Amino acid sequence: MTTASEDEIVRFDNVGLRYGTGKEVLSDVSFSLYPGRFYFLTGASGAGKTSLLKLLYLAQRPSRGAISMFGQDAITLPRDRLPGYRRRIGTVFQNFRLLQHLSAFDNVALPLRVAGVAEKDLRKPVGDMLEWVGLADRVDARPATLSGGEQQRVAIARAVIGRPDMLVADEPTGNVDPDMAVKLMRLFEALGRLGTAVVVATHDLHLLRKVPDSLIMRLDKGKLSDPTGALRYPPRKGLSA
Amino acid sequence: MSGAKGKSTPPVVKDSVRRGWRPLGASGDTALVPQARMSGPMPWLIAIMVAITVVAAAGALALGNMAASTSASIEGGVTVQVLEPDESERSRQVELLLPALQGLAGVVSVRRVPQEELDALVEPWLGEEAVEGGNVPIPAMVDIRLRGEPSSAAIDRIEQVIAPLAPDARVDAQASWLGPVFDAVESLRWMALALIVMLAAATSAAVLLAARTAINAHRDTIEVVHMLGGTDGQIARVFQRSIALDAAGGGAIGLAVALLTILALGLRFAGLGDGLAGQATLEWNDWLALAAVPIVGVFLAMATARFSVMRALGKML
Ligand SMILES: Nc1ncnc2c1ncn2[C@@H]1O[C@H](COP(=O)(O)OP(=O)(O)O)[C@@H](O)[C@H]1O
Ligand SMILES: [Mg+2]
Repeated sequence: MTTASEDEIVRFDNVGLRYGTGKEVLSDVSFSLYPGRFYFLTGASGAGKTSLLKLLYLAQRPSRGAISMFGQDAITLPRDRLPGYRRRIGTVFQNFRLLQHLSAFDNVALPLRVAGVAEKDLRKPVGDMLEWVGLADRVDARPATLSGGEQQRVAIARAVIGRPDMLVADEPTGNVDPDMAVKLMRLFEALGRLGTAVVVATHDLHLLRKVPDSLIMRLDKGKLSDPTGALRYPPRKGLSA
Repeated sequence: MSGAKGKSTPPVVKDSVRRGWRPLGASGDTALVPQARMSGPMPWLIAIMVAITVVAAAGALALGNMAASTSASIEGGVTVQVLEPDESERSRQVELLLPALQGLAGVVSVRRVPQEELDALVEPWLGEEAVEGGNVPIPAMVDIRLRGEPSSAAIDRIEQVIAPLAPDARVDAQASWLGPVFDAVESLRWMALALIVMLAAATSAAVLLAARTAINAHRDTIEVVHMLGGTDGQIARVFQRSIALDAAGGGAIGLAVALLTILALGLRFAGLGDGLAGQATLEWNDWLALAAVPIVGVFLAMATARFSVMRALGKML
């Protein structure tokens, strides 16, 4: 009951990360991510969730170990090829990181514009996406005038608009009410049905139950436990949880 | 969240659009980084640099024209002054000199400078009465054109011919007394060139610094754009465009100021008549060269900004 490992879009082998000369904040992290699967990354504050996500969205290079992404060695990936990879990854940053000089619309449109999508092709999807996250009337608002929850939804819209092969979200529901949190999980699931691998870091254990068939990555002091081996060879959907 | 009820597919871009993604390509028109245009000292700095460069270049070009036209008019020129005080004897000597000099090898033409020309030359110095009354003996002058520069051998030969006919005659090669002037003009032109090179270097340094400051100010935004798949080239273009606008605005102002300065100076020089300084004029191609200064400035600023931004971005992940 395993998925063929050729399908994996991300593979970590004994990855370690330290900042500067400090001690390792991630040690011997090994796992695989598969298309269309939903992963929750949990762990106490300071366990290394954000650090692990940074490795995933290529904002950080590991100190040791092997990472392959979309079938390529990501460690030796030359700098000038990073943009092509990053365009296949959607990221919701922990503190949103919206561009303050752009409207909500332009923030959401940014990944498409960067990828060279014509204006006429992006008007509708961006408008629809903002409507989907309940911000149809805040299209022209600057981030500074949006509430924390609204900013978070803009950040999510920006991350998913390009239908990435992998979605990486760092505590994406921290600023929204529980109902909105569930709705956003529905959005991520829908993306998963289109084949996206979704990784959501959260310490909201409530959320985990809202997504059946999700896989749990539990980080403890920089170590990832995988007692059943599900993070290397995930069970077929419907058999987990 | 009205959409979530009806549809189960999120409104992401279509596959067809996604296939059209350029792996490293780019529409350059995205406001990836906020621009602070025509603010700060950059346009004014460039205006000053362009103004000084244009004035210096105009000076160098005008001096060059002066040297060229003056040396063309006196090239191969030798003047013989007959200093004999008695007027009829002076005329007699000149009459003897003309055919003798005509026969010399290398001589193109020989001409007695007419009395009116001489009078006109000295009148401002000695006064009308002195000249018209014939009270002051004015030497007779003979203009000789040689083929090429007057060599000392040619001067010697002329002197040998003259000596028996007009013992009081003096021979001057015109270029020889202008030589130091030409040397000075040449030095001035080199100085202008050096000044222009230094101005360009200073402008580049300022742009380099400004670009670095801008990158640091927008480091966070740049990081996000990188994470969304933006390339260094796309980001650098934003800075290039911003510096190009600054440089174009500043360059236009600088050029206008410089042209006004040059025209004002030109009027002054025109007042000096058609002496040496009056030859310091600008041709139409000189004006074109001056107009090109701000354009070159814009490209220099853009190239410097790109170089500096790309280098700074290269150090980020
Ligand atoms: N840029 C950094 N430089 C140095 N230490 C860092 C940096 N980012 C995170 N850390 C440290 O790494 C550990 C893991 O942090 P983080 O990945 O943010 O955990 P989490 O997201 O689970 O709260 C913490 O001890 C934190 O102090
Ligand atoms: Mg974190």
